[in-house]
Amino acid sequence: MSLLELDGVKVHFPIKKGLLFDRTVGHVYAVDGVSLKVEAGETYGLVGESGCGKTTLGRSVLRLVDITEGSVVLDGTDLAKLPGEEMRRFRRRLQMVFQDPLGSLNPRQNIESILSEGMIAHGIGKDQEERREKIKAILDKVGLPSNALARYPHEFSGGQRQRIGIARALVLEPDVIICDEPVSALDVSVQAQVINLLEELQEELGLTYVVIAHDLAVVRHISDTIGVMYLGSLVEEAPSDALYAEPKHPYTKALMSAVPVPDPEVEDKRERILLTGDLPSPANPPSGCRFHTRCPWAQAERCATERPELRDVGGGHRVACHYAEDIASGKLRLTKGEVVSATREGVEDNPTEDTPEAEAAEADAPAAETPAKIPAQAEKPAEKAVEAEDKAATAEEPAKAEGKAEKAAEAKASPKPEAADEADEAVAADEAKASEEPEKAV
Amino acid sequence: MSVATKTDKIQRLAELTATKETSTGASLWREAFRRLKSSKMAIIGAVIIAVFVVIAIVGPYLTPYAPTAQTWRGEVFPNQGKFVGPRGENWFGLDHLGRDMFSRMLVGARQTLLVGVVSTLIGLVAGFLIGGLSGAAATLGGEAGKRVDSVIMRFIDMMLALPSLLLAVSVAAVMGQSLTTVMIAVGVVQVPVFARLLRGSMLAQGGADYVLAAQSLGVRKRRIVTSQIIPNSLSPVIVQATLSLATAIIEAAALSYLGLGNPDPAIPEWGVMLAQAQRFFDNAPMMAVYPAVGIIITALGFTLLGEAMREALDPKLRG
Repeated sequence: MSLLELDGVKVHFPIKKGLLFDRTVGHVYAVDGVSLKVEAGETYGLVGESGCGKTTLGRSVLRLVDITEGSVVLDGTDLAKLPGEEMRRFRRRLQMVFQDPLGSLNPRQNIESILSEGMIAHGIGKDQEERREKIKAILDKVGLPSNALARYPHEFSGGQRQRIGIARALVLEPDVIICDEPVSALDVSVQAQVINLLEELQEELGLTYVVIAHDLAVVRHISDTIGVMYLGSLVEEAPSDALYAEPKHPYTKALMSAVPVPDPEVEDKRERILLTGDLPSPANPPSGCRFHTRCPWAQAERCATERPELRDVGGGHRVACHYAEDIASGKLRLTKGEVVSATREGVEDNPTEDTPEAEAAEADAPAAETPAKIPAQAEKPAEKAVEAEDKAATAEEPAKAEGKAEKAAEAKASPKPEAADEADEAVAADEAKASEEPEKAV
Repeated sequence: MSVATKTDKIQRLAELTATKETSTGASLWREAFRRLKSSKMAIIGAVIIAVFVVIAIVGPYLTPYAPTAQTWRGEVFPNQGKFVGPRGENWFGLDHLGRDMFSRMLVGARQTLLVGVVSTLIGLVAGFLIGGLSGAAATLGGEAGKRVDSVIMRFIDMMLALPSLLLAVSVAAVMGQSLTTVMIAVGVVQVPVFARLLRGSMLAQGGADYVLAAQSLGVRKRRIVTSQIIPNSLSPVIVQATLSLATAIIEAAALSYLGLGNPDPAIPEWGVMLAQAQRFFDNAPMMAVYPAVGIIITALGFTLLGEAMREALDPKLRG
């Protein structure tokens, strides 16, 4: 049996209107039927674009939002049915690390007070002295000096604050830690430190993580299993490597295709799937398959009427698509959207795609926010540090990217301003990585 | 990477991030106080208030003459428009009954301060309780709490809808004429302001991540309210209390001026003095100027300090 099992979890927020007495006029289907299993000691990554419900799902596990339907079973206990006080005591075993390290720390409490809050609530440690000893040990584990105790959150840097957030979760000795975008508010160089710290702690303490993120590189680095969310439900779930090697759901394909590859030759041949249209409102989700309004492979009847279930397509790879196999084998043709070359040269060769529609699609493509972060992918596994160093040493690719940016700039000013930005950001990120390298070596 | 090198790395990180062993953290309150000390506005305001408070406390013992004694009754003829202005023995001149204005000002300061402080305290305490209850219910009470909050707030809205002076006059009219009435009346007017302010501030804090974090830690709701939400919601209330002292003094003066204050006109109070001076303003404007200037300067002192505190407590300036 898995440590944490979610079965058909739904979180619907009522939309209320009314002057004196609120009437419910509709619901926001933030999470709409998610089932997943997290094994002890593994890391489950949840990805998806902003507004897909991944944060709400994370919070529903801790019952920080009310679960409308479904069950969250931790080690045999259904949390969704626990009465308030018992749930409060159960929270000791489930902890959370928040996205905004400063916002999640009370500015008026010093670090000792912040860290002892949870221990007092659960009666851990007889007195202040005993709690302080424990806090010091935890601070040491997350790499903070023990004189941090008397200081206040605003006196720390972003990375340090996130360490405090992690320490706060750790003092309660939880089984599961839910990390809601643990590094997205941090500098790229600090992101790696925090991710590595999380991994080391997992190794040392046997923790189970649910990592929520929109950064594909981060999720790939840290996760054993990855679930991709779209509009409140899982569309695909697979072991990390399998998912990245061969995404099966059209949405995942589009998401992955937006990720630039830090290898100029591969990057030149890379193709991008452009999605059309906007993310539908979760208050009024599309019928049938939630993705059919934007899916490049959407078929006439079935996709709009029948909601696909997550089904196993082999090797623990679960997909919620009626036509996953047909798409994989190339049997189905694109019905809308298009596949374009991801490089700027490709853009010039293909002037037709400068239509407003395509541009809108580009801007809306959920993955558009991810490219800049991708260099982090190169440094992904710690074991590959040497390889990454080699790459940084050649320093060929930043130069090339720069060249590209220039070319794009002079060739055509209008088509895609973000193309240049992207390249610039890539360079910046690369530099950040290079500067981080010496510290890593220590 | 072996465990040993990892430990080394973390150790090194700890060293890099370490600061002097002796350094202790500066809480936000302490930082705000530091900013306050370097603000000219705050210092001017504090000095004015300090002088006012000292006068209010020791003033009555320093009066050259009894404030109620009509010593120079024979020199003042209000009906003929004959008054006595400032002179050697009476620095501020005489009032219409031949009493020493300077002595009356000194004694009046105490009454004025008393009314200001007590009425603000009444407003603050009642507003804090109502607003705190409402805010706590709205943030952590769930559906039922929201309903409780709604009911309380509609009631507060009703109080806010009445013009403050009208409300004070009604309270004073119901309770009869006395100094206590003035204090309660002025205090009641402040209640909705404090209640709304605290509740709004708590609602804003209730959605903060650290409240969510405390919930996820399993901290009890009552403790979340007392140790997380309220300490972070206090700044605007403290600022408002300082500013309210100024308006309370003015409103108390207004009530006294309207004749709803202390029924004994012999006991000097700046508002009463101002009211009495009105009749003789044509012939003896100075009689009105002294209490008016006294009220203005005191109100200014509290306002300056209040504004400086608002700036000092502003989280955006946190550095």
